[in-house]
Amino acid sequence: MTQTHPKAPQHGHGSAINFRPQVKAALTNTQLRGNFDRAMTGLMHKRSAAFADWDLEALRDLGQAIRQQALRQLPDLLEQLERQCQANGIQVHWARNGDEACRVITEICQQRQARTVIKGKSMVTEEMELNAHLEQRGYTVLESDLGEYIVQMAKETPSHIIMPAIHKNTAEIAELMHTMTGVEQREDAHYLTDQARQQLREKFMQADVGISGVNFAVADSGTLCLVENEGNGRLTTTTPPCHIAVTGIEKVVPSLTDVAPLLSLLTRSATGQSITTYVNMISRPRQPDEKDGPEAVHLVLVDNGRSDIYQDDELAQTLQCIRCGACMNHCPVYTRIGGHAYGTTYPGPIGQVLMPQLLGLEQTPDFASASSLCGSCGEVCPVRIPLPSLLLRLRREAVDGDQTRPSTVPGHGSKRSGMESLIWTFWRVVHRHPGLYRQTTRLASRLRALSPKRLGGWTRYRTAPKLAKTTLHSAMNARSRRQQP
Amino acid sequence: MSQPVVLYPSKPDKVYLFGTCLVDLFYPEAGLAGVELLEREGIEVIYPQDQTCCGQPAYTSGRSDEARAVARTQLDLFPEDWPVVVPSGSCAGMVRHQYPKLFAGTEDAARAEKLAARVWDLADFLVNVCHIKLADTGEPVTIALHTSCSSRREMGVADSGPALLRQLNNVTLVEPAKVTECCGFGGSFAVRHADISGAMANDKVAALAQTGCDRFLSTDCGCLMNISGVAEKQQKALPGEHLLSFLWQRTQPNREA
Repeated sequence: MTQTHPKAPQHGHGSAINFRPQVKAALTNTQLRGNFDRAMTGLMHKRSAAFADWDLEALRDLGQAIRQQALRQLPDLLEQLERQCQANGIQVHWARNGDEACRVITEICQQRQARTVIKGKSMVTEEMELNAHLEQRGYTVLESDLGEYIVQMAKETPSHIIMPAIHKNTAEIAELMHTMTGVEQREDAHYLTDQARQQLREKFMQADVGISGVNFAVADSGTLCLVENEGNGRLTTTTPPCHIAVTGIEKVVPSLTDVAPLLSLLTRSATGQSITTYVNMISRPRQPDEKDGPEAVHLVLVDNGRSDIYQDDELAQTLQCIRCGACMNHCPVYTRIGGHAYGTTYPGPIGQVLMPQLLGLEQTPDFASASSLCGSCGEVCPVRIPLPSLLLRLRREAVDGDQTRPSTVPGHGSKRSGMESLIWTFWRVVHRHPGLYRQTTRLASRLRALSPKRLGGWTRYRTAPKLAKTTLHSAMNARSRRQQP
Repeated sequence: MSQPVVLYPSKPDKVYLFGTCLVDLFYPEAGLAGVELLEREGIEVIYPQDQTCCGQPAYTSGRSDEARAVARTQLDLFPEDWPVVVPSGSCAGMVRHQYPKLFAGTEDAARAEKLAARVWDLADFLVNVCHIKLADTGEPVTIALHTSCSSRREMGVADSGPALLRQLNNVTLVEPAKVTECCGFGGSFAVRHADISGAMANDKVAALAQTGCDRFLSTDCGCLMNISGVAEKQQKALPGEHLLSFLWQRTQPNREA
């Protein structure tokens, strides 16, 4: 394989620790900013049009209630799911973490003497870096979702959980596909899609194992729901003789009746579609009288930190997520820096809340603070995850800032510095003593000519704020003296 | 769950003004304009001199202990059952929606909830409690309004600014692109993540300038300071003003025609 462009940066191999330099690079990349701005603006309009005829607030209430109800019964539902899947002939595996899940999947591949694996889109397999794990063991792994296919070809990682290659425009994709697969370099999305389709079609036929994610796992029927638009999910789960579905343990819902409202919310929130082109409901391997479908179906249930999050009632709301991506589409920060700047599997507001809990606050030192708390994410979340409140919670955890509530997130207190503590102590003393506050602010107003013209990051983009000639306290005081002589 | 329906009180004889520290230090004229507007509606305004800050800077920095210490001293300042009006969306939101969370489980929880329930955004109060009628005495002017994220999403009072401005016959209200998008202020965010904040603020200034407005208004001093600061640094002719100052000046009976 050749390099696409000798100087092109390899997107998506950063880390949360390097958030700041990654942000700087992203902000100066005008191409990237244009790509995200156009894509996210379009997605916001599509979402709002898709919900135009709905009582969205009532639907969000329902979505929240279903997800919260499911999480409250999570241990029982998971056991029920296991029983029901087994009764249907689906083999169920449990994995405490990503490595364990990778091992389980490798063992299945070994048993089947597989050599090639085709994949449908799955964020949890990104989380556990499954592709790298399988490739190191000699398996050929091919992503079949068009966006994932592009990202894999570019040796990058997804920049968005729904649209993995959204950071690239058509011209960039045309150049990439031309270099990597020899197709004509045409800036024509239809042509490029058709070429990818032809290349992939053959691979589906050859693959020994198909690996997919799961959108909802239904406990009382043992059904695995998978939504997609390209048919690649259906091919991945039906063409190869073995299908391995991989999911985080939080994706379980009690019954099929819970799926309909969640689907209505998911596809509209994600892409503005009333329904995706394909909705797959997988409940068993091929039966003796059936002509197609895999002979073996496996379900791998991955914890990978989720049951730790589950221990805290407030933070457990993180697990309500149905992975629609609306929070990132509407986030003014994500829109400007793109998904790769975060350096984690999940970017955007949900990533900023989830990743510190999975990786630890010391590994994600800038995540909780990289938000203006504008509230857009919380406003659009289809299952009402209070993302701004959770960001605030993580800010408190980062500095152990609340003695009335013990910190629980790994790495808590890692941002508590002596200097900042001193500043906040000073702030508290001034604002707790009204006399001192009035003296200080009055003095500041009088000496306003001396106020600094440069204030770090603030004045990089703005002039320094100018203190008023008099404070409101003084003005109101003078006013009441005038009125009551 | 969805936001509960807001029940506005009937028009009172007296209100408390919680001025907020940004108004106190940087935009006292906005606070005074709010007082004048309320008094013209026949409402007496009480300004407790011992007020300092709602605690928001510490609260959004994760310093709940310090925020609570400062917030606790504000709880004592509004003993009568009168409404408390605030000329800044985010500070109103802090008291109304965050105080109950901040004090939950402490001995001040009940007091905090009682205060929170009678805190109002001043512009919203003029519209929905005072049912104010404004007569425009100013020259024709084109205005863009930037409603803060706190006013819009936390307080849910984004309609009040346009409702007030629409009463002014000589004011043409224009809407910038991406009107609901954050200006990039976010308190300490503007300093901790200066480059992201700066990118957001630059875009907001460009969108406001694009409207061709003579000036822009906001109900939140943080946004005002942020947007004006960027416009000034770029030497763009985009003066900013607090909505309340503008309303007061536009409705002076003896204003020179």
